Amino acid sequence: MGMILRVLLASLICATAQAQSGFITVASTTSTEQSGLFKHLLPPFEKKTGFQVRVVALGTGQALDMGKRGDADVVFVHAKALEEKFVSEGYGVKRFEVMYNDFVLVGPKSDPAKVGGTKDIVAALQKIQAAQAPFASRGDKSGTHFAELQLWKAAGIDIEKSKGPWYRDTGSGMGPTLNTASGMNAYALTDRGTWLSFKNRGELVISVEGDQRLFNQYGVILVNPAKHPHVKKEPGLAFIDWIVSAEGQAAIAGYKIGGEQLFFPNATR
Amino acid sequence: MLDALLSGLRLVATLDLRLWEIVGLSLAVSLSAVALASILGLPLGAAIAVGRFPGRQAVVVVLNALMGLPPVVVGLFIYLLLSRAGPLGQLGLLFTPQAMVIAQTVLVLPIIAALSRQSVEDAWREYEEQLRSLGVEGLRGALTVLWDIRFSLLTAVLAGLGRASAEVGAVMIVGGNIDGVTRVMTTTIALETSKGDLPLALGLGIVLIAIVLALNAAAHLVKDAAQRRYG
Amino acid sequence: MSAILPLRLEDVTFAAGGRIIIERVSLALEAGPSTILLGANGAGKSVLMRLMHGLLAPTSGRVAWSGEGARRRQAMVFQRPVMLRRSALANVIYALEVAGIEGAERERLAREALAEVGLTDVAQRPARVLSGGEQQRLALARAWALHPEVLFLDEPTANLDPGATREIETVIKAFDAAGTKIVMSTHSLGQARRLGDEVIFLHQGRLAERTPIERFFPQPASPEAAAFVKGELPWA
Repeated sequence: MGMILRVLLASLICATAQAQSGFITVASTTSTEQSGLFKHLLPPFEKKTGFQVRVVALGTGQALDMGKRGDADVVFVHAKALEEKFVSEGYGVKRFEVMYNDFVLVGPKSDPAKVGGTKDIVAALQKIQAAQAPFASRGDKSGTHFAELQLWKAAGIDIEKSKGPWYRDTGSGMGPTLNTASGMNAYALTDRGTWLSFKNRGELVISVEGDQRLFNQYGVILVNPAKHPHVKKEPGLAFIDWIVSAEGQAAIAGYKIGGEQLFFPNATR
Repeated sequence: MLDALLSGLRLVATLDLRLWEIVGLSLAVSLSAVALASILGLPLGAAIAVGRFPGRQAVVVVLNALMGLPPVVVGLFIYLLLSRAGPLGQLGLLFTPQAMVIAQTVLVLPIIAALSRQSVEDAWREYEEQLRSLGVEGLRGALTVLWDIRFSLLTAVLAGLGRASAEVGAVMIVGGNIDGVTRVMTTTIALETSKGDLPLALGLGIVLIAIVLALNAAAHLVKDAAQRRYG
Repeated sequence: MSAILPLRLEDVTFAAGGRIIIERVSLALEAGPSTILLGANGAGKSVLMRLMHGLLAPTSGRVAWSGEGARRRQAMVFQRPVMLRRSALANVIYALEVAGIEGAERERLAREALAEVGLTDVAQRPARVLSGGEQQRLALARAWALHPEVLFLDEPTANLDPGATREIETVIKAFDAAGTKIVMSTHSLGQARRLGDEVIFLHQGRLAERTPIERFFPQPASPEAAAFVKGELPWA
């Protein structure tokens, strides 16, 4: 009983202590969080500025919605068209490009649609649809889902019409979708970061990579204080400034999994 | 499966401070919620048990039905209340442990109240005539009985604790699963599962179950000792 | 403070679940004589007592006490004592608390009551671990502490052995000696004779007979009561 009380007290004190120092709430995506980037990126920023960064990881759609409601100070997502709309509608101040990573198409080793080794993602998707090979989609209005839909469009396929039992809409994050793909031996579109740290691969391997169209751009935006006066403007701007600065960009480039770099900084000055 | 279990336990054994921080927060949130829900729900259930008012049957039915409130729905509702765009946004409670306590209290309150109502109603049959003969009126009788059956109410409280410590939907939405701030056992398990790190998730799950088991065992011992003493 | 007796029942009827349980009973209970309610099982003794004590409301007719505050100046002991999960002393103190007695007075009166029934030794014991006889004596102590004008008893010794029964009867006599009006139902004719001054005999919910005890036992006036007594005492 005494042990429990001590643990409870410690947690309560930790919680209140953290509440005292300044913090910002950043709405980001599950794929970014799950890649482990924040664990690497935030400590140098927090050490330098003394501001704590609290990341709430959701799908891109939900993250932008959080920004619209004013529940976050900064949004950091990867869906350019949606981000530009966010700013033009007055919810965000200005969009800054930060980094890019790429998507890869993963699929079963057995490769029923015979797309392995190609660099042409559009051709690969056409083959998958023709073969009606199992495909797991996120279906959750995330940046990744958005990118997937754009690629079907580019392949000339109206996925709403063509989807059959082979196309599985999981309505969930990247991890659960990969779990499903692994369990069903299905193809799936995933960002490289999540894939590299994903441990439940089963028989899945990378089938298609390197296509220019698999390029995934991240942007960071301060939530508009004109719309939400309580937004922490100073710390929020400090975060944005740092992440596009040489130091922040170097930190991004320095994040590697198994020796492989995940994100490529490309902020313009 | 056994491999996953073993490697999970091994991983958990080496996680030290981070894990205990998460365990501590989980307990702090769930125990606070259960305490609040008990303070509110036990007397509420007793009052409904003893009271005679129009619509009482409907109240009982609704209260019982609310035991089945889906955690994710409660989470969504509290989120909309506490969001900056919502009515209580000024309080700035979203994505804090306090918000998680609020959500879990709402979730657990009907369980404790409904079970309290049932227990007090059953006991009231035994006590009613004698208490009324002594001149005990209304709410006072309810509270006397409530206190008298306090040890059997432990079951209601433990049911509430079980619900609170097991749920993930509510705390995920209102807490945001923020690393080091609002990350609890269930949301960590969900996160590790979605990252595909199943052994770790399983290991954490076992720790969670073990803790809840320990709490239940302790409560059972207390109840046993008290029943032997007071008859 | 004027006396609450006599208690008048005017044409009282009680029906429940479509059945008439008490039918048009009219009587007046005076201070003084100990009243015994007799009757076969189902005759309505328990219901009539609860109507008198106010635990049930009559379907028609009136139950009228004479003075003010009758609610607080009566007490009832049930066939099975109902005790709280506290010490014997705490149970008596609870009753005094409800009656509005202040702080230190409560403990003093409670101890006095326990002494009166001979339970001083078990004052701190949890009431629920006491024997049946001790719990019933505790119920009487609880009533004693309130110094009621009327004490209702619903078959108080039905579940007790002869020794415990004797102890209960001793306490009831003490109540009587202190001026409390006794209204008691019982199945034991011997007990009726030992404790009662008058008999009210109920038959199928109706008042069949009301007779002083010294006339009832040699020969009841009503045929129903006569049959009842014969059934209980085959040799009578």
